[in-house]
Amino acid sequence: MSRIRYYAPAATLFVAVLVTWELLVSVLGIQQFLLPRPSAIAAAFVDHLDELATAGRNTLIEAVGGLAIGGVAALAVAGATARWTTASRTLLPFAIAANSVPIIAFAPIMNNWFGVLNPLSKMMVVAVLVFFPVMINTVRGLTLVEPGSLELMRSYAADELAVFLKVRIPNALPYIFTALRVSATLSLIGAIVAEYFGGARSVLGQFIITEAAFFRFANAWAAIIVASAASIAFFLIILALERVALPWHASARATDAL
Amino acid sequence: MSEAVVRFRAVDKVFGSGADATKALDRIDLEIPKRAFVSLIGPSGCGKSTLLRLIGDLTRPSAGTIEVNGKSAHRARLDRDYGMVFQSPVLFDWRTVMRNVELPLEMSAIPKRARATRAQEMLALVELTGFERRYPWQLSGGMQQRVAIARALSFEPAILLMDEPFGALDEITRERLNLELLRIWQQTGTTIVFVTHSIPEAVFLSTHVAVMSARPGRILDVIAVDLPQPRNDLTREDERYFGFITRVRERLRGGDAARPRAVEVAAS
Amino acid sequence: MFRGARSVVTFVVVVIALAAGWELVKLLGGDGFPGWTPPFQWQIASDLNMPHVWDIAAAFVEPAQRNGPPLGFVLANAAVFTFREAFGGFVFGAGLGLALAIVFVHSPLLERALVPYVVASQTVPIIAIAPMVVIWLQAGWLSVAVISAYLTFFPVTIAGVRGLRSPDPRAMELMRSYAAPTRDVLLKVRLPAAAPYLFAAFKIAATASVVGAIIGELPSGIREGLGGAILNFNQFYVSGPPKLWAAIIVAALVGISFFAAVRVAEVVMLRGRVAVAES
Repeated sequence: MSRIRYYAPAATLFVAVLVTWELLVSVLGIQQFLLPRPSAIAAAFVDHLDELATAGRNTLIEAVGGLAIGGVAALAVAGATARWTTASRTLLPFAIAANSVPIIAFAPIMNNWFGVLNPLSKMMVVAVLVFFPVMINTVRGLTLVEPGSLELMRSYAADELAVFLKVRIPNALPYIFTALRVSATLSLIGAIVAEYFGGARSVLGQFIITEAAFFRFANAWAAIIVASAASIAFFLIILALERVALPWHASARATDAL
Repeated sequence: MSEAVVRFRAVDKVFGSGADATKALDRIDLEIPKRAFVSLIGPSGCGKSTLLRLIGDLTRPSAGTIEVNGKSAHRARLDRDYGMVFQSPVLFDWRTVMRNVELPLEMSAIPKRARATRAQEMLALVELTGFERRYPWQLSGGMQQRVAIARALSFEPAILLMDEPFGALDEITRERLNLELLRIWQQTGTTIVFVTHSIPEAVFLSTHVAVMSARPGRILDVIAVDLPQPRNDLTREDERYFGFITRVRERLRGGDAARPRAVEVAAS
Repeated sequence: MFRGARSVVTFVVVVIALAAGWELVKLLGGDGFPGWTPPFQWQIASDLNMPHVWDIAAAFVEPAQRNGPPLGFVLANAAVFTFREAFGGFVFGAGLGLALAIVFVHSPLLERALVPYVVASQTVPIIAIAPMVVIWLQAGWLSVAVISAYLTFFPVTIAGVRGLRSPDPRAMELMRSYAAPTRDVLLKVRLPAAAPYLFAAFKIAATASVVGAIIGELPSGIREGLGGAILNFNQFYVSGPPKLWAAIIVAALVGISFFAAVRVAEVVMLRGRVAVAES
């Protein structure tokens, strides 16, 4: 009940915007190529359902594959360097600087390296894109451990492996999931932008470019909705995994629901 | 005196080096007999926490020798001879209450079944039966600290080291936990070394109160508190209880008027 | 001063290590040279795919086109153009982001109505909306700045809401006891408390604005910036691989410099305050 009431304003706004949009476009006679009507987008969606489903699936595979490659690499690097706290802390500023490099500029290079039509080229763009956020957060999670916890483990004469398994990794998990949640959306956008530099025919990026080039914006918008829905779905899957994996974290999450 | 569980001989502790060096502890001689309850009290900066951490081999002395349970402090740590309770509970957020208490038992590779039984017993001892599956954030500060005590006692250590364990709690909770701690001490027969800066707490709990001075940290005196055991709420109204409080306070204020070089705690 | 010198040294070491690693890969699996046949044949390490470091360096001073100015000069101009777009996007985005945050903090109703869309907006690939923005606003640096702002406002809004809500409740009660108007509470308590959060977001926004500017150039047909240069050198890649690499390096430098500039501003503005760990 309270949930329904909580989302009522958002839902009302959604309906209001759609209706106003539809009416304004009709009444003011705004041309279709400037702003398609919602009903036109819905019709385009139904007409191209098969194409959109295939394109959406292919792009999602690139995004998920890229996140897997980049995520695993980032976890491996962070895990390997976190052992030397000072070393990884010195290198962290460089990882942060590297994170401010517009990775998307590498998309054409990846196309050359792995082949324009090979999904791997898009996966590698996504992998590089998510590598730094995941690595930076993992290093933070592994090293920003409460000193008291380390002292406690020392009082048990615990070896380094035990400290890593019982303190550092559990401490890092919330940080890692935060990075993965951000990366989920990032990976889809990254894949679509990478597709802009050339890609197989039936992917969302190419579909959007082709339709936009012919001013068929209703079709492009239908594809945008698919992209958006796919990335929200991906985000929610990560969120669900997080809830299962970190049952203790419920309290902290309530505050950063945004 | 062969019964001493902790023995300090001419222990110095210096932090830093060169011109920045500060002497935290100066020639500490101390013997703590088995089953004693010793409080370390003194102004901040007197090195009472450092002294506790030296017993636990969480830091090393600059000079002198420390024996714990008849061996070096380092050996005693490796043998898991002591349990430690800090001012903050230091519970692992990701573990349930039960699994927090089991943590030290996992370190000693005790089988799962035995761990669970032992943890249940310890939680019963601190009166937290029924909270096994809760996570730390679901407990109050006082309850969290009781979990920390249960965890420290779970592997039946010969010594319990407590660093201002109730310092962050309110007066009412603190008094209740004091009584609980005394009951646990009686039941388990461990030796307790307890750091506090509350004079009434030190007197109420201890068999001996070691009064310390700051800069450099020294033990001014060790006052044997021979109030009758077991102690309870009536103890707090005993005239002799107030007498001991006054003695400790005067000793704290008196500075080093009659500073004994070596202090020996008499076995009670 | 000493610390600054040390991080410069570390930076140089990292760059040299990267270049050395690059050449090592080429030595092991590249095209080789007279008298040396590499033990492996990696397609990626060929001179076409991974030009020699010195070839990339040389590309900067060689003319970009026959009888044209050197590539370094062309790229510097492109960098300035793209930075202008990025900076515009940063300013628009930060302004909009902060305005939204202030609105959300003061109106729970608007917060509940709008926040889901603010979040959902970031799942829309900007490359898809870019063509429409260009049609609405005409192609030019301004439209690219708007596209870029689409990426930059989000982190500022999120961090702004968090930061504006971060003051100690007792500080808020103190202001209440003074019967302070909302505006004073905002200016004297909320915004100062939010500053560390905002700077953490500005750093993310700086990076995002450069990404947004480069991406925004692609579908808009704007060829004066780095996005255009990358697209252009990609088309003629076979005739000069080092040029594309040079353009990418310049893009990286623009991103890092903008980030570093915001970082410096943060250090200066928040002197003496505890930094908030960015996430």
